[in-house]
Amino acid sequence: MTQTAAAHTAAWTTDEMMTIAASRALHDGTVCFVGIGLPSTAANLARRTHAPDVVLVYESGTIGAKPGTLPYSIGDGILADTADAVVSVPEVFNYWLQPGRIDVGFLGAAQIDRFANINTTVIGDYDRPSVRLPGAGGAPEIAASCGEVIVVVRQSRRTFVDRVGFVTSVGYGRGPGDRERLGLRGRGPRQVITDLGIMAPDPDSCELTLTHVHPGVTVEQVIAATGWELGDAADLRVTEAPTEHEVAVLRHLEQTKRQSVTRTSVRP
Amino acid sequence: MAELVPLEEAVARLIHDGDTVALEGFTHLIPVAVGHEIIRQGRRDLTLVRMTPDIVYDQLIGAGCARKLIFSWGGNPGVGSLHRFRDAVEHDWPHPLELEEHSHAGMANRYVAGASGLPFAVLRGYVGTDLVTATATIAPIACPFTGEVLTAVPALNPDVTVVHAQRADRHGNVQMWGITGIQKEALLAARRSLVTVEEVVDRLEPVPGAVVIPGWAVTLVSHVPGGAHPSYAQGYSTRDNAYYQWWDSVSRDRETFQAWVRSEVLREGAPG
Repeated sequence: MTQTAAAHTAAWTTDEMMTIAASRALHDGTVCFVGIGLPSTAANLARRTHAPDVVLVYESGTIGAKPGTLPYSIGDGILADTADAVVSVPEVFNYWLQPGRIDVGFLGAAQIDRFANINTTVIGDYDRPSVRLPGAGGAPEIAASCGEVIVVVRQSRRTFVDRVGFVTSVGYGRGPGDRERLGLRGRGPRQVITDLGIMAPDPDSCELTLTHVHPGVTVEQVIAATGWELGDAADLRVTEAPTEHEVAVLRHLEQTKRQSVTRTSVRP
Repeated sequence: MAELVPLEEAVARLIHDGDTVALEGFTHLIPVAVGHEIIRQGRRDLTLVRMTPDIVYDQLIGAGCARKLIFSWGGNPGVGSLHRFRDAVEHDWPHPLELEEHSHAGMANRYVAGASGLPFAVLRGYVGTDLVTATATIAPIACPFTGEVLTAVPALNPDVTVVHAQRADRHGNVQMWGITGIQKEALLAARRSLVTVEEVVDRLEPVPGAVVIPGWAVTLVSHVPGGAHPSYAQGYSTRDNAYYQWWDSVSRDRETFQAWVRSEVLREGAPG
């Protein structure tokens, strides 16, 4: 067993572990609102492995997209070509997201705090930020209206802060009861999956606690990469190591994305 | 019916200093050539509206055309930051940029209200976020029937909306397909409109899922093949992902960016 684990340790990267763990969080048949980057990679990996009937919804209006290659943006032509339906942007937000038709929202974060609130707007003062981030996009309403939310983000003290400087998307606000008080219909973040482990909200305090460390990662490493006193769950586990199949499919997908960059020319 | 005119004439006639201008296109069908023509014609003090200001707005902001930006996500999709946008917000270069910031759902509904002739739109959104305090155009509103508190956002009615489409016929009827995003609403919300197209045809053959906008609802049409590059037009071109990566290196540095504007947009020193 030890030998197998050691062999596996050499066979995947921490980013691959994160993406694979995120893909496993999606069940077959789940309707998933997918952001670009890690969430899109994880959702496409799930569709190619254990969840062939996962439904991918991109905010560009492509519902049920089944891309053969990993899209580079949320609006690649392959998403429209392979979708069950292509709808307008008002329709995707008003008819599909807002009424609660989407099971899972997959989000990234520039900053996330102990109550899983997300900042993708600014670092520093709003009017004079030290870093201007891209902004909200679809995230505030995804975080509010999807049945539940899964966050995928690399873990560091810079990203995992005690309290975000700007709440772009609400997790659990300031704690228990806040989502209900705000009238948010979705249940909120179920898991935060990183390159080091997996966190989930404590059922009583709503605070993110460590439920899994990835193989080869220590609890101390995760604590050191977190900007608050991270607690761990009573039944803390080690994430199941990636299978060779998961790693192979993921690498193939990543390769198709790289090819989509090199096959086009830079100049008109 | 819409008039078919060359790009240079269309921009000169429709877009003026101080106008509120929306160039829409959700990753697909972005009217990039119009952005470059706006830079060439030296427009100033524009209020730029766009859900996803990507590299064409980075270019307009860096070239000093914009006074204000109304938006919901400002990044280089799949790559990272918009460096000219960030330089304007973080360092006031080339001059300060006022922001009016929303979410995608809010922006989409603002265009829908604008296209519908309504003063505002209602949605479930923004509650609990700091956007509510950062942005004056987000307000709570009670449902008159149930009393439930929802969110109101004001209509967007740009002076001019510009979109790119696959085809138009000689009457200026416009046809687009693939990801059609927010283009129809943005166009119908505007006082004036310009559509650039890949192709002008005698007859618009039906295409599954296509959006058709009657020519009488469009002000001007210009024939600009490749006018969405590095974005794409489904059925005509593919997204030039390498260009988006390349833009990251061009836009990082002010001088490199300015040299790019001079050579690629203003075409200074180009023969003829």
